[in-house]
Order: sequence, then structure tokens, then C-alpha cells
Amino acid sequence: MWQLFRKTPMWRPRPFRDRYDVVIIGGGVHGLATAYYLGRAGVRDVCVLEKSYLGSGASGRNTAIIRSNYRTPEGVSFYDESVKLYERLAADLGYNLLFSQQGHLTLAHTDSAINGLRVRAEVNQLMGVESRLIWPEEIQRLVPALDLSPRPRYPVLAALYHPPGGIIRHDAVVWAYARGADRMGIAIHPFTEAVGIGTSNGQVTSVLTSRGEIRAGVVVNATAGFCSTVAKMVGLHLPIVTHPLQAFVTEPLKPFLDKVIVSATLHVYVSQTDRGELVIGSEIDPYSSYSSRSTLPFLEATAAHTLELFPCLRRVRVLRQWAGICDMTPDYSPILGEVPGLKGFILDVGWGTYGFKAGPVAGKRIAELIATGRTPELIKPFSLTRFYDDTLVGEKAAAAVSH
Amino acid sequence: MSFLVPCPHCGPRDVYEFRYGGEFQRRPPPTVSDQEWADYLYARRNVAGPAKEWWYHRQGCRRWFLAVRDTRTNAVLEAFWPEDKPEGAG
Repeated sequence: MWQLFRKTPMWRPRPFRDRYDVVIIGGGVHGLATAYYLGRAGVRDVCVLEKSYLGSGASGRNTAIIRSNYRTPEGVSFYDESVKLYERLAADLGYNLLFSQQGHLTLAHTDSAINGLRVRAEVNQLMGVESRLIWPEEIQRLVPALDLSPRPRYPVLAALYHPPGGIIRHDAVVWAYARGADRMGIAIHPFTEAVGIGTSNGQVTSVLTSRGEIRAGVVVNATAGFCSTVAKMVGLHLPIVTHPLQAFVTEPLKPFLDKVIVSATLHVYVSQTDRGELVIGSEIDPYSSYSSRSTLPFLEATAAHTLELFPCLRRVRVLRQWAGICDMTPDYSPILGEVPGLKGFILDVGWGTYGFKAGPVAGKRIAELIATGRTPELIKPFSLTRFYDDTLVGEKAAAAVSH
Repeated sequence: MSFLVPCPHCGPRDVYEFRYGGEFQRRPPPTVSDQEWADYLYARRNVAGPAKEWWYHRQGCRRWFLAVRDTRTNAVLEAFWPEDKPEGAG
């Protein structure tokens, strides 16, 4: 019984050394997953630097939605591997992540939206991902609380139903990866900010931190919203613009919604957590910013749009509101892998509004790249060079609002 | 309201009246290499701090202007017409 009240640290503070084989900048799900899978691949002289507490950036601010119903074959196979890793993750890490594969519905309110969803359903099915177009009768059966009448300005016409999609306890994923990495001897240094990166003859040699210099041959930039700042330490300008993304939660309600509901037309997505709170998010703010202050116009507009879908929520009160900052790429796909002309600098950036769901696959494949020296086929389409040889991976249709 | 943008014509207004036009950069001559052209199209400084940006007063005077905004706090430090500071517009 008293086990329940015992405090067991998830990771230990380790001495700060001045040399590691690999330094990972960013202690969120991506950095910690990379550390964990590096450890699994036998690379254990690794440290993770985090300027604040673990998971303090986008990993703790996202809406914890997981899915793989993307638009391009490259995107679908990539995110599908992430969903499969998430399915086994609680067992792999020995920690309850509260993964609820409740199903994910993307609503269409216009004819053109139906066409877009139909393309996605076809691509998904071709890639072996469960995803299909459904009509109001079935939508009503799956989500009785949803208003499918002709009352709203844009009535619901159809939906893309993706049964493997769902929600997870995002902080638990961060903590469990940290624990897994720590158990393999990997050093985690929170409250340690990277302030500079040393290079010599086209090779990364060191990271300057707020606690001193670390020599390292491989440096991973896994810093999401601040990735441009870190890339600038090696003189690199990334095709990234940082935008805030806001979300809010309501007071807890009895369980009434067991599907993730997304509407691109209304710029809103809604899910109900195991605690009963509704988590509601929106699209990115319309201007770039590094400020994570939330705003009233967002709350008003997003609440109004939520009521278009669920008028039954009109008396529900908002508990809290927050913002995270997102590293947006022009094609809504991430940037992964090496940088031409600079050995040892690995990018895991450009995660925009879809980073959390890709944490496991990005960590695993970046670790594979570092451990073997070869870029895995799965992440080749997402290299930085795609902007220079005109091979963008356009995921805006499936990633812009449809978390 | 999240912050005010001081339009050079209309004065301080709610940011939601404006369209954000991205960071200021110079268009390179057409003779540059493909690499430099792709940099112009895609690569961004994405500054965390004072950044010079284009803004368009969509619900006001409907004119484009430049503003220097601290992207960490959203405080607009300065707003001006591009022709007023041609030398500083780089």
C-alpha cells in the first residue's frame, strides 16, 4: 500500500562532463526518444541538454493527438511507424502512458473538403492504414453529441474515420523516455542551455552551454520552436518560421466523447481526456512570434467554433489556456537528418504542429542515422536538401489544422 | 486583444486588423545561382528578438508598411513606410 506514496525519481542527476560522443539539444519527447533509441543501439556516451525542465516546451503544450492519416505516401508511412511504436511504447518503457486509441474523425463541411478527405482515404488505404470516408448516419452513431443538423453555418457532410488515431498522456511519454534513457546510463542535464556550437573544418567539435563547454562529434538539434536559434550557432538559416499555437481545457465533464474530433473548416479540434476535461486546440496564430502568451481573440473564436459542433457545451467553463511555439516549414513536413557541408550536425526540426505524434519514429530513425552513419530510407524524403532540389513533401492539406 | 500595431497612417490598432507579411528580405537579382534563389524563397532568419517585417493594414488604410517588432514580446518598436527609410530597409 505505501508503495503508492513512495517517491521514485524518474532519472538521476549525473555529473556534468566536458566530453560526450553525442550531445542532444532539447529535452522534449524528440530529444529524449533519440537518447533512448541511441542507448538501445549501444551508443550510450550521450547527454541531453534542456534549458528548462524536461518537457517544458512543445512536448508539454501539445494536444496529445496521435494519428497517421496523412496525405502523401512519404508522410503516411512515416507517421504510421510512429503510431505502431506508440502502440507498444507502454510495454517497451514499462510505464503507463494512458494511450487511448479511440479513433479520430476529420470532419468535412464542404464538397471540396470531402474531395480532400477522399484522396487521403485512398492514399491511407493504399499504404495499409485504416482510414475511410463515412457519412452523417455513421458519424452520429460514433459521436452522439455532435450537431449534425442543418443548423450550423457549415453543416457536417462527411468525415474521414481513422480508428487507430487517439490521445495519450503526453507528459508520461516524456518522463518514461527520460527514465528509459537514464537506466542505460545516458546523462540528462535539465536547466542547461546551449549557447554556442563550435566547428572546425566542416565538422562539429563542441557545444558551449550555460554550465561550460562540452566536446562532442555529433550534435542533434531537437529544439522545435527555437531550432532556428540553434541552427544559427553554426551559421545555418533554416526554412522555418516560428508561430504560436494556442489551446485550452475545460472543467471536467462526465465521459461523453470517445473520439478525437477535428474540423479544418472551423479551425478546431476537440478530445476528452481520461480526467474528463475537454482539450481544444486551434490553428497557429497568424503572425510569427516566440511569445507563449495566450490571447482572448483565440479563446473567443475557438470556443464559438466548438459550439458550432457541440452546442451542448454552451454552459461549460474554461479551466485554463496556454500557447506553445511551433517551427513551421513551408510544406508542413519536418526536416530530418544531416546538413550538407557540416559533419556531425543532425537536424530533427520543423515539427510545426505535428511533432508530438512523431516523437518515437523520429527518435528511433535519428538514432539509427547516428549509430550506423546511414540515413534510413524512411526519413530520406525529409532532408534539408529537398528545398534546394525542389522535392517538397506537401502535407498542408493533412497537417495544417487536422492535428 | 493580443497586441497593438502602430500603423503609420491609422495609428495603433489591434493586430487582428493586419495581415502579417513575413520578415523583410531583399529580392536577389535573377542572375544568382539556384542555391541562392532557393535560400531567398525558403531560408529565414526567424529572429528571436527585434525583427523587421512586412505588415498590411487589411481592415484600415490597406497599405503595406514595415515594422520592427520584438518577436519575444510582440512589442512593436517602430513602424514606417518603406520609402521613408530606403537605406535602412536591408
